[in-house]
Amino acid sequence: MIKGLIAVFLAAILTENYVLAKFLGICPFLGVSKKLNTAVGMSGAVTFVMVLATAVTYPIYMYLLVPAGLDYLQTIVFILVIAGLVQLVEIVLKKYMRVLYRSLGIYLPLITTNCAVLGVTMLVIEKSGVNYGFGHALINALGAGIGFLLAMVMFAGVRGRLETADIPKSLKGLPITLVAASLVSLSFLGFAGIVDNMLGLG
Amino acid sequence: MPNEILLAILIVSGIGLIIGVVLAIASIVMAVPTNEKVDAVRNELPGANCGACGFSGCRAYAKAIVAGTAEVNLCPVGGKDVAVKLGEIMGVEAGDVEQKIAVVRCLGSKDNTERRFKYQGAQNCRSATNLVGNLSSCVYGCMGLGDCMKACPYGAIEVCNGVARVISENCRGCGICTAACPKGLISLVPIKEQALVRCRNLHKGAMTRKDCNVGCIGCMKCVKVCEEGAIEVKNFHAKVDPKKCTACGKCVAACPRGCVTPFIPSL
Repeated sequence: MIKGLIAVFLAAILTENYVLAKFLGICPFLGVSKKLNTAVGMSGAVTFVMVLATAVTYPIYMYLLVPAGLDYLQTIVFILVIAGLVQLVEIVLKKYMRVLYRSLGIYLPLITTNCAVLGVTMLVIEKSGVNYGFGHALINALGAGIGFLLAMVMFAGVRGRLETADIPKSLKGLPITLVAASLVSLSFLGFAGIVDNMLGLG
Repeated sequence: MPNEILLAILIVSGIGLIIGVVLAIASIVMAVPTNEKVDAVRNELPGANCGACGFSGCRAYAKAIVAGTAEVNLCPVGGKDVAVKLGEIMGVEAGDVEQKIAVVRCLGSKDNTERRFKYQGAQNCRSATNLVGNLSSCVYGCMGLGDCMKACPYGAIEVCNGVARVISENCRGCGICTAACPKGLISLVPIKEQALVRCRNLHKGAMTRKDCNVGCIGCMKCVKVCEEGAIEVKNFHAKVDPKKCTACGKCVAACPRGCVTPFIPSL
């Protein structure tokens, strides 16, 4: 049981990294990874919302949509719930955690439309089964958030190097960023298979 | 079949309704009182967040004004108009705002100086200064790689023929460029007609002659013709006091090197 949870957690971070392996949430990945502290702030907010969104959408799907035979509505319902949730989180943070609210700043409302959050909640539903319950879903969401953090922090470092590099004129700006992103993504392919073998599950 | 459609509509709108009610309650229960005056002051400020007032951004300055710890006339970007409006909001006299403008104190273009070599390193002044010191024959002169141009939030600086130049119509006097120049060539001067020494070369005259065609050699000619005593020469380098300068133009005519220039702001 514990071994299974750890495997899910590590897989979400490394082999199934939502940014670098599943290519979700590319917009914040490219937009916010210019500086390390904003990258960490954004990832923190994303992790928080991912876990919370999974905790709410999973029961809604399992105990409301499936019994009513409305599982085809999951996309629209999940978007609705995530948007409302982010708003609620913003209000609560503004009232009780002023410092956190200030440091997250604009990133919190941006997450409303972050496809990585929607992706986590929906892909978890796809995986759910006998061996994959609510606990696994939450751990997966947490791992996905930390994977997002890892990708952002790594890429912030890469972009720091790009700043001082002498880049050909035609590649300046977004092209070289995308080239760098693809190389980072390629390096993550190396993790495939490692997690399962490490825990003796493969 | 109609029942299924009805159920779908009911469930989605039900979830929406619940979220809406929860959010409405939460926003009332957990409302954070905001200071309306801060918002009003903030709306009058230009919003450039340049930091020229001495605070970290316009909101911080607005807070300081409302808290009474800052004067209303510290924003050089907004100038007098903004100061008067802020004064109205706060109910105090605006006071006088001295509008300033940035000038690049170097005329060492590619025609006036010689390039020491073809530089192909990192294209920014600070790296190039640390690596090779200077690109032109003058060690005090403009690197021409545009650190100031990149730093300027208003697009008020351009690099022409190897030397930076302030586009005076766009300059708001925030002073960000003064910190960006590794040679310290950019300074803020009050907006008024005056003579300016467009050189920072502190070498002795003979050496300056080798450095640049228009470098100040400290010949004292401008000091002699100035009737107001507004110019002094220190370290082989002339300096005009803008407070005393009457823009009579005699020093400009007397300068044998052409580095004293009239400055007529177009604002």
